[in-house]
Parts: sequence; structure tokens; C-alpha cells
Amino acid sequence: MKTSELKKVDIIFDCVQCAPIEVVKKSLAMHPDEIIEQIISSGLRGRGGAGFPTGLKWKLAKEEVSDQKYVICNADEGEPGTFKDREILDLVPNKVLAGMAICAYVIGATEGFIYLRNEYNFLLKKLIPTLENFNKNLQEIGLDFTIKLFSGSGAYICGEESALFESMEGKRGEPRNKPPYPTRNGYKGKPTVINNVETLVYCNMIMRIGVEPFKQLGTKDSRGSKVFSVSGDTTKAGIYELELGIGVDEFVNEFGNGDTKAVQIGGASGFCVPRKDFANKIIGFEGVPTGGSMMIFNSSRSMYNILKDYLEFFVEESCGQCTPCRVGTQQLLKGIEAVKHGEMPSSYLNQLMKLSETMKVASKCGLGQSVPNAFSSIVKNFKEEMIY
Amino acid sequence: MIQTENLLHELIEKHGNTRDGLLPILQGVVAKENYLSEPRMVEIAKALNISSAEVYGTASFYTYLFTKPMGKNVIRVCKTISCKMAGKQEIIKAIEKTLKIKVGETTRDKNFTFIETNCLGWCHKGPVMIINDEVYPEITPERAVEILCEMDPKHLSKF
Ligand SMILES: Cc1cc2nc3c(=O)[nH]c(=O)nc-3n(C[C@H](O)[C@H](O)[C@H](O)COP(=O)(O)O)c2cc1C
Ligand code: SF4
Ligand code: FES
Repeated sequence: MKTSELKKVDIIFDCVQCAPIEVVKKSLAMHPDEIIEQIISSGLRGRGGAGFPTGLKWKLAKEEVSDQKYVICNADEGEPGTFKDREILDLVPNKVLAGMAICAYVIGATEGFIYLRNEYNFLLKKLIPTLENFNKNLQEIGLDFTIKLFSGSGAYICGEESALFESMEGKRGEPRNKPPYPTRNGYKGKPTVINNVETLVYCNMIMRIGVEPFKQLGTKDSRGSKVFSVSGDTTKAGIYELELGIGVDEFVNEFGNGDTKAVQIGGASGFCVPRKDFANKIIGFEGVPTGGSMMIFNSSRSMYNILKDYLEFFVEESCGQCTPCRVGTQQLLKGIEAVKHGEMPSSYLNQLMKLSETMKVASKCGLGQSVPNAFSSIVKNFKEEMIY
Repeated sequence: MIQTENLLHELIEKHGNTRDGLLPILQGVVAKENYLSEPRMVEIAKALNISSAEVYGTASFYTYLFTKPMGKNVIRVCKTISCKMAGKQEIIKAIEKTLKIKVGETTRDKNFTFIETNCLGWCHKGPVMIINDEVYPEITPERAVEILCEMDPKHLSKF
């Protein structure tokens, strides 16, 4: 595969002279159902990690009857290896706001929020005036919708949608039981659409360029393109918009520096793909899903250290609310250390794998449920490195 | 004391005296006073008509809402894998040596607190340091020392 074959896409950051507010204006001339219809037929799925079909989410929220509804933009971006939402909010904030406004029109919300991680507060200097201006523009075109900012306080778990609502309500960021889902019972118990920053930009862009150009990209289950955050052992670290459904081998050809041993796709919550699988795995919802985090590791890197790093991350960031996750993350970390130091036999790794599988089914939220992803994929593929 | 009452008053005016105002209020106090003292948390609880245990319980959940005295300037260095691979340990060492404190500690003059954090969203430009809200991507040990000395020349002479 030649590197030149990797298709770069320019939808998110394109700078065609078309003010995002104009796209909102155009959308207001359409019936909400027509917009939902378009988003559904585009095949767009959430770019925050979970991949829920966006059009369907909007439809569910629209169908709810309520005196108040909310649109929330999830800008809590905390997954290790992800930094694309920061760049999007920095470079094309109006496209994000326009996506929120279109959603508000569709579901009938009058209030919206951007939940911005505290570490991105430096963006506020530009973002606040942009927001004020945009709110004014919305009034001018006759949409009764106001967007406000909410700053996080430093907790990865608050990126989980129900923890995010709790946090906005002034409480500890502890995830809620599901169902009910946010489209019925979200912020302050009201129907809420919560979307990732990037998802909202795609909604805006689909309304501008139409469904077809988007749909032509990607695969049946992973339509369109996506913004990737590339870091680790690469000379091309940075932010790239690529078609979904590309092979891991194509990715490595483009971004690796010739000595790539593994790629961690989807951050600490994601999967590790070893060299032997590069050719038979694709990046997308039917293959290896990702919120955009792509970390490249060369042969000189210790996969034990990498797994340990991820587990330390989870031990610190687990909200501690449920036992499988609180205790499980600690046990996994202690366990791999014990095996490494020869205090436990290598067969103990199998027991740890079982524990991680239990966490998958018994944990309350996506954090605990996704710990086994990195754990199993690293331990299975790099067993010797865990032991010696 | 008078000043503090003003601060709380202003924050409540701005964010309301209901529970969803709690986080912005706590953030506002930390921004001005560096941390949430016990008396301050009690006052906030009273103003919002909730128990002070609720206020403490909420604050203690969040890494930015300090419940112990902190330095005037908070230095954060990312310790997650991409930054580790990019050499964050050298930055840590340089800062520790300059300020004569370890990770997690505060300088005796209460000017700096130094902490390690998880991924800060600059992995392609690691290692990264954030002082208060200011971001320093692709930081080198030399540059880190320089920045600290610019902020507090006292460390220059000692270095
Ligand atoms: C532990 C955890 C952290 C998460 N962090 C984020 C985040 O930082 N940003 C984000 O958009 N979604 C995050 N999510 C996913 C959200 O819960 C939610 O699915 C998403 O915001 C929905 O938007 P989308 O459909 O546009 O992707 C996280 C989920 C979990 C379990
Ligand atoms: S799985 Fe972990 S993060 Fe999620 S609710 Fe349970 S303890 Fe909290
Ligand atoms: S790993 Fe350091 S900023 Fe992401």
C-alpha cells in the first residue's frame, strides 16, 4: 500500500466563505423532521467514543414532551491521547455553536451549554466573545436559543454524559444508572441531547454540503470522516481528518516511522493493535472504534509500562462509586506488578483477565466497562513483556 | 473578612443561590483565595441552604477544587504516556531542582504548588506544562526553569 493512497479529508476545518450562522438560517427554513431525516440518512454516529447514531438521538429528544429541553456540547475531552476537540473549539468554534443551534431548533430547546474541561480554560478568552456574538446572531435570525459556558473542575469521569449532568447540577461527578437515557432524563431531569464537539460540527457541515459528500466517505457502518489525534512514536504527531474505515496498516504506513510495534486506538479505554494484526483490522465502528486517540509505539517501548500507565490512570480517575471498578482497577494494577516482580506466577495473568471480564459486565458506567479493552488486548498480545 | 463576604456575595449574585451554582461558586473562591477553607465552605453551605458536608463532599471530588492551602501559582505537568515518552521526567526534575520541592508540594513562600496530572490534551506537543491557565507545549527543562525564574527571580539566584 502506497502512503499517498491515504485520503485526507477537509470538512471540519474547511474555510469556505460560509458563515455557520447562515447554515442555521438555512436549517430554520426546513421542517425539524426533514433535518432529522438528513442526519439519519447521512449515517453520522457520535464522535465522542460510544458511536450512537446522532440523527436517532435527536429524534428521541424531539419526541419527548417537556416544558424545557437542553442541548449540551461535551468538551470535556480527557481521554489520553485526544486533543482534537481543543483544536476544533480554537479554530472553528462557530461551526460547533451552529451545530448546537440546529439541534436546539430540531428538538425545541431554548438553552444550551458547552461543558469545557478546566484544562482548556485558556480558550475562554476567545470563546466568550465568540459565544456572545453568536447568541446575538441567533436572536437576529429569530431562534430562541442561548448558549452558555460551564467550566469543569478536573475529573475525567465528567466526560461521561450522566456524570457531566451531575457535575453541572453542582454535585460529585458520579455516573447515574441507565436507563433512563439523557434524551428522556438528562440535565435537571429534562430531555437533553449531549453531543461531542466534533459530532456537532459534522451536523452543521451535513446541513451545509448535503448528505451525499459525507456519505460517500467511509464504510457502511462508519460513514464519513473523523478527526484523529496522532501522538507517540511518529514524526507526524498532530491532528488529521481521515476517512473512516481505513486499515490500521494504511494508518501505520502514513504515520509510523518504520518501527511501529503497536498502535493504541481509542486511548486508555481503547484497544491495542499489535503489528501482526495491522493488515486485518480497520479503524471504525465495525473494526476498532475510536474517539480519535491514536498512540503509536515503537519496538523499543515496554508494553508493560504502557499498560501500567493506563491502569494508573484508571485507578486515579475511577469515581469509586461501584466496587467492580474501584477495586478491580486497583487489583489489576497490583496484579501486573506482582507478576512482573515474580511475586505471582505468570498463570496469574489469566485470573486477572477473568477479573477484567467481570468488570466489563458488572461496572456501572463506561469507564469500568472499558478497562478490559486495553487490559486484554495488551496482555494477550504481549504476554512475555508482562512477565520478563 | 469583609472582602471575603463581598466575594461570596458577588459570586452568589452571578451564579445564583441554588445547587447548580455550586461549582462555579467554588471555582470563583479558588480563583481568588487559592483554596477552599473550612469556614468558607460553611459559609457557602449556609448561603445555598445545604449541609457543609455536601459542599465538602462535592469539592473533594474535583482535582481543581483544592480543600488544602495551595501556592499562588499552580504548576501542572502531564505525566501520561505520550508525554512520558516525550521526556516529561526531565521537566519534573528541573522544576523540582529549581523550586526545591517535590511533586505535590508547595514552596515555603506559598508562591508555587507543583503537581503532576493526567493527559492535558497536548499529546502531540509533549511534554506539556500548564501554569494556572497558561499552556506551555513542547517545553524543555531549560525553558521551564526560565519561566519559573521570570515569575519569581528569587529562584534565579539560587539556581
Ligand atoms: C469515562 C467516560 C468519559 C467520556 N468522556 C467523553 C469526553 O470527554 N467527550 C465526549 O464527547 N464524550 C465522552 N464520553 C462519551 C459520552 O458519555 C457521550 O457518549 C458522548 O458525549 C455523546 O456524544 P456523541 O454521541 O456525539 O459522541 C465519555 C464516556 C465515558 C464512559
Ligand atoms: S464504573 Fe467506575 S467510574 Fe463508572 S460508576 Fe463505577 S466506579 Fe464510577
Ligand atoms: S499525554 Fe500528555 S498531554 Fe496527553
